[in-house]
Amino acid sequence: MQHRDPMLQKRDEFEDMLEERRNSSDLRYALRCYTPVLYKGVTPCTAGALKNMVLQSAQIHFVIGQVSNETGRAVDDIQEEASAILEEMAHSLQLSTVRFFAFTLSKVFKTLFRSICVNEEGIQRLQQAIQEHPVVLLPSHRSYMDFLLMSYILYTYDLALPVIAAGMDFMGMKFVGEMLRMSGAFFIRRSFGGDKLYWAVFSEYVKTMLKNGFAPVEFFLEGTRSRTSKSLTPKLGLLNIAMDPFLKGEVFDVHLVPVSISYERILEEALYARELLGVPKPKESTSGLFKARKVLSEDYGSIHVYFGQPVSVRRLSQGKVDRGQFNLTPRHIPKRPSEEIHSFVNDSAYGLVRAQEENMVLKPWVLLASLLLQNHHGDQASGRARGMALDELTEQAVWLRDLSRQYGAFLHWPDHVPPPEVVSSSLSLHRGLLTITEGRVQLASEQAGGPAGPGEPPPVGPEEELLRQAVTVLSCVSYRNQALHVFLRPALLASAVHAASSSGKQEIFNSFSFLRNMFSNEFILCPGATVQDFEEACFLLVKTGALQVSQQEVVEVVVTERGHRTLAFLTSVLDPFLQGYQVVCRFLSEEANEALTEKQFVPTVRKFIIKRLLAGRLRYTEVLSSDLQKNALAALLRLGAVRKIKGAEPGTLKVNKVMVHSLEDALVWWDSHELPGLDNKINNNPLMDAAVK
Amino acid sequence: MSCLNFNVSHVLSQLNLCQYLPFHRQEIMKWNGWGYSDSRFLFNKKGQAEFTGKRYKLSGMIIPGLKEWFEGTFGANLQHKSPPILNSSAVRPPTLNEAFVEELKSTGVPFSHDAEDRVFRAYGHCVHEIFALREGRIGRVPDLVVWPNCHNDVVKIVELACKHNVCLIPYGGGTSVSSALECPSEETRSIVSLDTSQMNRILWIDEKNLTAHVEAGIVGQDLERLLNESGYCTGHEPDSMEFSSLGGWVATRASGMKKNIYGNIEDLVVHIKMVTPRGVIEKSCQGPRMSTGPDVHHFILGSEGTLGVVTEVTMKIRPMPEYQKYGSVVFPNFEQGVACLREVAKQVTPDFYLIFSSGHALKPQVSSIFTSFLDGLKKIYITKFKGFDPNRLCVATLLFEGNREKVLQHEKQVYDIAAKFGGLAAGEDNGQRGYMLTFVIAYLRDLGMDYYVMGESFETSVPWDRVLDICQNVKARIVHECKERGVQFTPLSTCRVTQTYDAGACVYFYFGFNYRGLSDPVHVYEQVEHAAREEILANGGSLSHHHGVGKLRKEWMSETVSNVGIGMLKSVKDYVDPNNIFGNRNLF
Repeated sequence: MQHRDPMLQKRDEFEDMLEERRNSSDLRYALRCYTPVLYKGVTPCTAGALKNMVLQSAQIHFVIGQVSNETGRAVDDIQEEASAILEEMAHSLQLSTVRFFAFTLSKVFKTLFRSICVNEEGIQRLQQAIQEHPVVLLPSHRSYMDFLLMSYILYTYDLALPVIAAGMDFMGMKFVGEMLRMSGAFFIRRSFGGDKLYWAVFSEYVKTMLKNGFAPVEFFLEGTRSRTSKSLTPKLGLLNIAMDPFLKGEVFDVHLVPVSISYERILEEALYARELLGVPKPKESTSGLFKARKVLSEDYGSIHVYFGQPVSVRRLSQGKVDRGQFNLTPRHIPKRPSEEIHSFVNDSAYGLVRAQEENMVLKPWVLLASLLLQNHHGDQASGRARGMALDELTEQAVWLRDLSRQYGAFLHWPDHVPPPEVVSSSLSLHRGLLTITEGRVQLASEQAGGPAGPGEPPPVGPEEELLRQAVTVLSCVSYRNQALHVFLRPALLASAVHAASSSGKQEIFNSFSFLRNMFSNEFILCPGATVQDFEEACFLLVKTGALQVSQQEVVEVVVTERGHRTLAFLTSVLDPFLQGYQVVCRFLSEEANEALTEKQFVPTVRKFIIKRLLAGRLRYTEVLSSDLQKNALAALLRLGAVRKIKGAEPGTLKVNKVMVHSLEDALVWWDSHELPGLDNKINNNPLMDAAVK
Repeated sequence: MSCLNFNVSHVLSQLNLCQYLPFHRQEIMKWNGWGYSDSRFLFNKKGQAEFTGKRYKLSGMIIPGLKEWFEGTFGANLQHKSPPILNSSAVRPPTLNEAFVEELKSTGVPFSHDAEDRVFRAYGHCVHEIFALREGRIGRVPDLVVWPNCHNDVVKIVELACKHNVCLIPYGGGTSVSSALECPSEETRSIVSLDTSQMNRILWIDEKNLTAHVEAGIVGQDLERLLNESGYCTGHEPDSMEFSSLGGWVATRASGMKKNIYGNIEDLVVHIKMVTPRGVIEKSCQGPRMSTGPDVHHFILGSEGTLGVVTEVTMKIRPMPEYQKYGSVVFPNFEQGVACLREVAKQVTPDFYLIFSSGHALKPQVSSIFTSFLDGLKKIYITKFKGFDPNRLCVATLLFEGNREKVLQHEKQVYDIAAKFGGLAAGEDNGQRGYMLTFVIAYLRDLGMDYYVMGESFETSVPWDRVLDICQNVKARIVHECKERGVQFTPLSTCRVTQTYDAGACVYFYFGFNYRGLSDPVHVYEQVEHAAREEILANGGSLSHHHGVGKLRKEWMSETVSNVGIGMLKSVKDYVDPNNIFGNRNLF
């Protein structure tokens, strides 16, 4: 087999950077001499000079001329607009603001967190990279905290402060927005569809900063905060811009540094759950943020920040992109990226998100959350809410610890502490989500702590109760999800083995491939890597003794005696998603009418699901997550089972009921708890063939 | 060879040597290095660098800064010598086509199958070729050398070659840097090297039309000297003009450093006569321009010896310039220098001036070996450039030619533009020295090879907007590749702009490294050069500006000219030379 054993992956040690903050003056720290090394010794340029460089660039000149030709507007007029766009966008990094943040954040961080651990070797690699090449920082995005934290770390280690792409929604918070701007954020509109000028100003601004190496550019590949703790499908726009100077030969190389930020407890935990459940999120406002002061009294455990290996775009593109394609048109004329470049950027983006995932630190609680959720669903099925005995939970957690390590998880389980203590201290940090009585643990039926919406009336009726419960479940799910990338491939294989009607490797592969394709909007699955993923999953399951692959004429895959426990766990990892997609299909084939629009989709499917949950026809409360519903719809759109048509209402959905229905059937097949009645369904299903391709 | 730059006046004053090349060139020239046998760099017993011989201005002089520069740049050490292994006897005996030799005898054209004559014509001046010779490794060499004396001799030889199926490889000055002269190892026929050196006469000068009809074997310095005697010049001065021949220029699309005034070879030729297996190709008149379908001259220009032998050429000539003036400008950095060149190319009519080169001056350039030059610059630096980084300074050397008034007028114009880009006039002396410096580089490489240092230059042409990017990226790529391949010392990786055009420029890269500790330095060298060429192409540079393709750069031809383009070239080859008599296998 070709791939490496994830167990062998070497990772750096962590250092707690808060420790020094607890022992020395924050003020002195905030005012200390700050002299970062810069890219080949350039002198940083003022925000004003930067703007001028952008406005005078050949690209902006060209686009202004173009827009003027197309619209008949005066060049001066457009120039002014460009200038205004830049004004709205540009950062105005000021050291004094940074120092202010360095001071306040020190105070805040020390209150909120036990430790902030950083891999210092990664910092050294980053420092090296910053000197030699333009650098792009690509942190994972789980919290508002992320980018303040990044700048805080870089300031602490005397590294050049990044300029950060932030969404315009921040600008809603006047004061905070300006503060962020002064600490290096620049603001981009969430959508600017066909606005050529905006795009030109924006891309030229980013490229100018990158090319001249005044500061590392930082942005979030995932585009927005993941509310589920699952990595989001990467957005390509900024990555495209960041790679462009290399592809066009304007710089020798660009280094991309994936950064994995893992929170032991996410500040926005309950906020996210509510948002996913359709309780609208409070609009970002400064006063709202201050209300979140309540947050300050809580213990949020520790943060781990892992600076990954810098990825050279030059090396990445070797043999994949012909840079000669830019030889025949002047480089300042904007051009749609070629198919080749698009797929290169896309593959790279997936690779980078996976690199983020791999270096995410998992806390024992993540495993406990997985186990407790599985147990919770078991309880629901049996109708008795018994919870789990602590010793049973501990035993299972130790088993899962070993399994996840074999799968290469970056698990921070303190091995010198007896497991029961590890378990109990993990539980205590998240006690808000749990009820512990008489040595048994179960998910809290109602969420205790956390910033619940103010002034809400006490719950009445089963629906409200369900939603209350769902807040807890979805919070737990967000922790379980942190470990999903570890189990995902083996879980897809386990489900495929489970569903395949024979043990022939080819059939199992087909079934794996179908599932993988179905879920490629849900999880980070690199496009075109089906065979690799399959081999990796086989390797892991064989290595851990769960499967045996016999080398006969027809290669057979057989579940071993001890493998049953592993496979049972793995299939139930995927099960909520299988059921979720099924129910979305069911909804579309039963309830969707001609007038269903994309906008209405989530509220109506939610109603449908609530009904089914209350009727006991659906076990997984987490299916209420709008994230899952949207992903399922995206998958169906991608597979052509649903189409968007330009009807009276924009975004009207046209459902191909036959196709949706047979997809649902195909999914029922994998569901371990429903009866697989038809033996040849997989092989006879034409849709399945299409999906496998 | 590429890195020689000098000028007619030097040729005249410095090279009082034999009139023409002799049959046995090894009598006066190195067979495993550059140039004349009596001229070379060495470190004398005191450890001082010295240039031997009497031919050049620099000859017999001690060069004080060279040792420090050499040791400092490459990490070389005078204690670690890598002298050539002299072993010219390892030459395989010739495979002769007896019938061909018999008939050749009856024509009276002189020939030889002496080992030394054959080895001398088996190689050009690529690093790997010279390195192999120095190590005494000699591969396939021609089996016979013939010296035709005129066009008719060539016709006879080509007829005989066709009749007896013998492979012909035309050989002019032997200054190729594209592996064009290498005998294809797969060639099983007898290989005959056709040495054109004896076809070296100016047949007539037409003063009314300002043209000269010249035999194609004449080398640059002889052509220029003979024309000068009648008060004319061609103005075509490629870096290799001491040794390269008119026929070679035509066959490789050569370019000279004064091309801004006089034009490149394709602009200079009025009429070409070439002998091919199908017969003689030439135009019926000497009209200055024709609209008669695609210009058949362009099948010949750049054909690299694959179609036939160029025997006679009618060239434009000009009266010798009435006035010449050197000059130089120092810029705070390379970027400013290039920006200035671009502006000059835009504004100044290219009639009487020549922008010659712009390169990093002090640190990485060979220039720094000449202390006087260095001192001069330092002085300027101290007095005028305070605050600039001396490591980033860059010098442009200039030559203005023509009518005195106009020269002075253009000079002023150029200096005015230069000033706008932070450039400062650095004097005539520095300009003149600049020419000297560049022409010794080729000799310097042999010195390097004595001490584990291997070097080469290669060129490209590129649009103006790409010049800085390509320089930066190719230089970085060279350093990067050396590191990847275990080269222990930081290599020399630098560049110059040597030619300017309306739409772009010619850029030269210089690459040298200390190969001590490497088991197969030539292989490392080749990999790095290969990577550098890929980088050039990826950055919008051409496969070659004037060195040609030969066999060294063949692999990139189809992406360079497209498959259809290759098909066109091949079909011409198939028609003109169906039996591949001109079998050097260059180009494609």
